[in-house]
Amino acid sequence: MYVAVKGGEKAIDNAHAWLKALRRGDPSVPDLGLEQIGQQLALAVDRVMTEGSLYDRDLAALAIKQARGDLIEAIFLLRAYRTTLPRFGVSEPLDTARMSLKRRISATFKDLPGGQLLGPTFDYTHRLLDFTLAAEGEMPAPAPESEPQDEGPVPRVADLLGDQGLIERSAADSGEAAAEAPVSDITRDSLRLPAERDLRLQMLARGDEGFLLALAYSTQRGYGNNHPFAGEIRCGQVAVAFTPEELGFEIEIGEIEVTECQMVNQFAGSDEAPPQFTRGYGLSFGQSERKAMSMALVDRALRAAELGEESSAPANDAEFVLYHCDNVQATGFTEHLKLPHYVDFQSELTLLRRLRAEFFAKRTQAEEKEAAE
Amino acid sequence: MTAASRLSEQGYTYAYLDEQTKRMIRRALLKAVAIPGYQVPFGSREMPMPYGWGTGGVQVTAAIIGPSDVLKVIDQGADDTTNAVSIRKFFAATAEVATTTATERASIVQTRHRVPETPLQEGQILVLQVPIPEPLRWLEARESETRKMHALEEYGVMHVSLYEDLARFGRIAKTYDYPVLVEGRYLMRPSPIPKFDNPKLDKSPALMLFGAGRERRIYALPPYTRVESLAFEDHPFEVETWEQCCALCGATDSFLDEVIMDDRGGRMFTCSDTDYCNQRQAAQGKPNPDTLGGKA
Amino acid sequence: MTAANPLLQVQGLTKRYGDRIGCAGVSFDLYPGEVIGVVGESGSGKTTLLNCLSAQLEPSEGSVIYDSRSKGPLELYSLSEAERRLLLRSEWGLVRQNPRDGLRMGVSAGANVGERMMAVGARHYGEIRGRAGHWLQQLEIDAERIDDRPATFSGGMQQRLQIARNLVTEPRLVFMDEPTGGLDVSVQARLLDLLRGLVRDLGLACILVTHDLGVVRLLSHRLLVMQKGRVVEQGLTDQVLDDPQHPYSQMLVSSILPV
Repeated sequence: MYVAVKGGEKAIDNAHAWLKALRRGDPSVPDLGLEQIGQQLALAVDRVMTEGSLYDRDLAALAIKQARGDLIEAIFLLRAYRTTLPRFGVSEPLDTARMSLKRRISATFKDLPGGQLLGPTFDYTHRLLDFTLAAEGEMPAPAPESEPQDEGPVPRVADLLGDQGLIERSAADSGEAAAEAPVSDITRDSLRLPAERDLRLQMLARGDEGFLLALAYSTQRGYGNNHPFAGEIRCGQVAVAFTPEELGFEIEIGEIEVTECQMVNQFAGSDEAPPQFTRGYGLSFGQSERKAMSMALVDRALRAAELGEESSAPANDAEFVLYHCDNVQATGFTEHLKLPHYVDFQSELTLLRRLRAEFFAKRTQAEEKEAAE
Repeated sequence: MTAASRLSEQGYTYAYLDEQTKRMIRRALLKAVAIPGYQVPFGSREMPMPYGWGTGGVQVTAAIIGPSDVLKVIDQGADDTTNAVSIRKFFAATAEVATTTATERASIVQTRHRVPETPLQEGQILVLQVPIPEPLRWLEARESETRKMHALEEYGVMHVSLYEDLARFGRIAKTYDYPVLVEGRYLMRPSPIPKFDNPKLDKSPALMLFGAGRERRIYALPPYTRVESLAFEDHPFEVETWEQCCALCGATDSFLDEVIMDDRGGRMFTCSDTDYCNQRQAAQGKPNPDTLGGKA
Repeated sequence: MTAANPLLQVQGLTKRYGDRIGCAGVSFDLYPGEVIGVVGESGSGKTTLLNCLSAQLEPSEGSVIYDSRSKGPLELYSLSEAERRLLLRSEWGLVRQNPRDGLRMGVSAGANVGERMMAVGARHYGEIRGRAGHWLQQLEIDAERIDDRPATFSGGMQQRLQIARNLVTEPRLVFMDEPTGGLDVSVQARLLDLLRGLVRDLGLACILVTHDLGVVRLLSHRLLVMQKGRVVEQGLTDQVLDDPQHPYSQMLVSSILPV
């Protein structure tokens, strides 16, 4: 076989060898194990799984290790792997009402069925560097445990409001046709606008945490204000069920950890609908709480037009938000400016030289004319 | 197929993409060929290289390539630029395919930013990598509106931008990615090739396929399609010219790269198409240490 | 005077938004060269009516028949969107209250005027530029300013530029929505004078929506008075303004200073 070989290939190979060595770092420092990443950098793993759209803690840890801690690079690695996986089918919708809770808070009710459960959170920690962590071998005391209270599922705040008709029903509990309609898959189809909410939520779920955070923040500062209340944030294990066609009944295939955020927003009502609360929805893998909250705010902001509200802020603009929230796309296109552009640049250079020559010729002409007069 | 079985051991299929994805892309390609210049949405996949680095072209190539193909990959006209090397390596590894640098020997040429100088023949396929497929994008940012403008053939605004160039600079200031009208119907971006290459698209005997991965669009020019570069009757389309010829092969008819020789303004011009330049030098009997290729 | 065919025949035009009425049961004919003014307070349905007439908003009921130059009478809402948009940039003009909504602010005055020519196929730069220059002068804009961007123009100049941009393809029918709305009184007067001359010389038919009775007194032949989406009175402009019959017209007329 005839294979073309050139100097560029050697350069690439050498660069990659160097990168590999740097990734490992000083060999006298112990190698980082995937278990260590999974256990001790768990929130990084959560983010990579969420934006990588693949729930696999080990692969996410591997991606973080391989990417030298560059999370967007790790997300990219996971996505590129995910795209090659065969599709067995679509799971049943997750029932987050049946979540076994690790954390559950509501900012709208002081007390409510199931209670407030603070859980493992940075909230209310004082952000002081803990120098005991710098000293190796620090072992925290085991967390206190309460008696398990098995009172069955803890109802979601949105359902409590919904029972009184105070909040719009979701498609799923209203039994509308929309709930039965097949859900599109943004990883297999091209995004077409106007995008329905299923597509929007998928795009937001894998959207960049920083970008969504900034957009969510902008809505709170008046760029598309939608008066949110954190109705409920819950985090915990939830069962994934799948119905194989050949069996025809549902089987549980495992549990995953997710964080769900339901924002409750004001709505004045319209000709058709009475005044009621509306929801913004966010869901992320693991304990990506900031992401879930941002997603919920942006989800609601994208519904402004459909609810007849003013919708001129950046976060209200579906085309703008959806086309720019994906960090794998954004990083690729931004960084592609590193690629050679000799040819386009040469074309521009040729034109610029010609325009400059014309400019100076015109000026000389004018000066000569002035001198002659 | 040893390479293929090796890959499947790693969990990847022939030419990387799974067969269902290839079929989806082929359907989009067929539609694109049936409606020359029309941008067909397709379910672009995440590829193991970044968006903006040729994922559209790579997916198109992956969908059409077979073991009997001979592949050439160029970037900026050259076979040895890093991204061209990287993509060629990808297909040599995943599709067990022969590669070449000689334009006339390739059955598929994947390219970024250039059309080869050696005229393409019937049966050859040129795959162009496209960053932004929408010709109206800088005039109208919204996809929903530009799709409507295409549907209704509302292209006046494109001429407004050419008019504006003439009014401001006395000439049309678009030098690459110069807009074309395909078969008198669809306005199309030829990808960021220099306008020097635009005439090569018109009635080309080769099939030209355009892939935009990040923007999820595929479009095509079937062989012998009429491709007209936009202009005014009194300001016709013209291509770049150089006062110099290629310093290596003496060509006067090829697109030239400027090479800076020193920090005192010294520069020389050489063919951007390295294969074309090397072949011309070989024909002139010049010894060429740069000659590509070897038996592997 | 022989009875020419009406340019626009409007029958029972109604637009509802849910339970709310935008406009209801509007019928009238517009003849070539005729200017009809539509007056009423804000919220009276003037703009809804204008949008329905100019093929921008599909009415709930009723019909609008336009007698086109090339194809004869056409029912607007049985045309395809492509045909409607073509009418809008060839045989019709649309002058918006805020010139920024009707202009391309990022390109020169010449390109703004030339756009409609290019949109209908003009491809000779010299001719496009020549005609753009002619129309700038018609609207009393110095031809020297042809390469300047509209952002460097005063409000009155921007509005005249928007009108030039509409007239360059020699439309037969121009829709105007408060064309003098945002302008100073002295600038308004000059623009009205200019418009009156142009409408007369070009034989333009116009639908002119305004809340300013002074404007219709100067420009329009006939008047429709709208209240709550309905036409409560119509007739010759002087007749309606000098001897209003409907109580709402009387109130409207008495609430302004004499012009």
